[in-house]
Amino acid sequence: MSAAPDLITRQIQRDIRNRWLLSLPALLIILLAATGPLLIVVVYSLLTPGDYGDVKWVFSTEAWVSVFFQRDMFDDTLTPASAHLSIFMRSVNLSVMTTVFTVLLGFPTAWFIATRPARSRDLWLFLITIPFWTNILIRTYAMLEVIRNEGLINTFLMRSGLIDKPLQMLFTDGAVLAGMVYTCLPMMVLPIYASLEKLDFRLVEAAYDLYATPFRVLTKVILPIVKPGVVAGSILVFIPSLGAYVVPILLGGGKTMMVGNLIGLQFGQGRNWPLGAALSITLMVVVMIALLAYVRYSGGKGAKAHG
Amino acid sequence: MADHRDTSFDVRRLGGFTFIAALTFFALYVPIAVLVVFAFNAGESISDWQGLSMKWFAIAVTDARVIDAAVRSMVIAVSAGIIATAAATLAAIATTRTAPYRGLSAKYAFINLPLMVPEIVTGVALLIFFSRLKIWTGYSGLGYLIAAHAAFCIPFAYLPIRARLENMDDTLERAAADLYATPLRAFRHVTLPLLWPGIIAGFMLAFVISLDDVVITEFVKSGGQDTLPTYMLGQIRRGTTPALNAISTIFLLFSVLAVTIMFLADGKRSKDQ
Repeated sequence: MSAAPDLITRQIQRDIRNRWLLSLPALLIILLAATGPLLIVVVYSLLTPGDYGDVKWVFSTEAWVSVFFQRDMFDDTLTPASAHLSIFMRSVNLSVMTTVFTVLLGFPTAWFIATRPARSRDLWLFLITIPFWTNILIRTYAMLEVIRNEGLINTFLMRSGLIDKPLQMLFTDGAVLAGMVYTCLPMMVLPIYASLEKLDFRLVEAAYDLYATPFRVLTKVILPIVKPGVVAGSILVFIPSLGAYVVPILLGGGKTMMVGNLIGLQFGQGRNWPLGAALSITLMVVVMIALLAYVRYSGGKGAKAHG
Repeated sequence: MADHRDTSFDVRRLGGFTFIAALTFFALYVPIAVLVVFAFNAGESISDWQGLSMKWFAIAVTDARVIDAAVRSMVIAVSAGIIATAAATLAAIATTRTAPYRGLSAKYAFINLPLMVPEIVTGVALLIFFSRLKIWTGYSGLGYLIAAHAAFCIPFAYLPIRARLENMDDTLERAAADLYATPLRAFRHVTLPLLWPGIIAGFMLAFVISLDDVVITEFVKSGGQDTLPTYMLGQIRRGTTPALNAISTIFLLFSVLAVTIMFLADGKRSKDQ
């Protein structure tokens, strides 16, 4: 009589053991080669920079002070670190603008795809997916060729006689913005399309039947339904934009840096690993705030939907 | 939804949306098209057309540094892809073929965590951690790059495999268990064959993601460990020739091929159901 419950307990115990054993390799790899080292970054942000990179094992809060403040060379007074702050502000600004532009372009594009006949829809989707899977370096390089001084736009404008000397587009904020919108656009279209797929067009029809204007249909019927897609797309665009490295380094050059480049610089020519570590953590905190806002906004459901 | 009425009014039309969509597709493809076209330029320039030529492809594919970087990229992408797919498959089984338990959603979150951390931060963290390890162990080979790539590829490989497991009919697996198949036999002969398309899609995803990585590789690599993307980054910053367009074109072709395979594997999945 007691064999059956015993068997069940054994079965349950085996289940528990299996589900941990089986997920162990994945969890371990991620811990060792992705997320665990983030804790070491925290430690490094509290050390003294070494002379040739790396650190000296001497406790110091100097790195954190210099994230936010500038120490005067002579009298040790602190003033807000305008250079670092302006780079942070530029990163946030550019990321917000990238998100806005990708929504403005991405929503109509997703709408266009969702309203195609079923057979050609796959083709249009495929056309969005190709750039998505093209190396970001190749896409940035392609953008570079279009906007540089001897590039497509300037050559065209010069040949048509509209301008005498090339417009300086490369190495400006605008160039970085264009590059980020260009590289992030597919990331916005795909989640919006996913939520548009669920839209019942009879609702739109009903709204028109009840004399709604197209604008009201858009804001009162369509947007509430696709909002989860827009929010998911925004987070998928905003977070990588904040940490962008390749686009600003190639299209922005040294003058229009973003946080990613500032961090990278500390581990290269800057030779200030603790400052780089402190800046990394600051960036992480900004990202976490954005993510928390997202989870709250989407009522905790969204995190699962794309995770 | 299917009935198209012959009225001039279409509820699916929103003013200007088609125009913006056309603009988007145009903007997405023109730069790539220009890049590909100038790979075939006979001249030195990447913007002044001087006739058709394949010479830059010849220069690109015979350049020892390019070959070296491309081979390294492939070695890393294949190794990291296999490791990530194997680990993700096991993890997917552990998170779907079981009753919900405490810690399950924490596991999901942890597996997806690498997606939430900006690449530059992960890159810098690994630079710090691995530079210590390199001193302690004396080993500075490709293992670090492979480990780093495997880690950020796991969430991508996990996605299609878990989706496949969740949508798969588990009656066959239950039948196998009823017929006294050991869990291992049931997995080998029932679950695995059904799961295969998901595993292929997962591997392709991981492979492409690894092949494309620039930022983490840039910070983790030791001297002389350039992959194709980091080699290209260095070249673009130094100044460009159509040879770079030729490399990009080949790379592009390769990505399109991988995406097509992925689409086909995915299509097979939806047909199965």
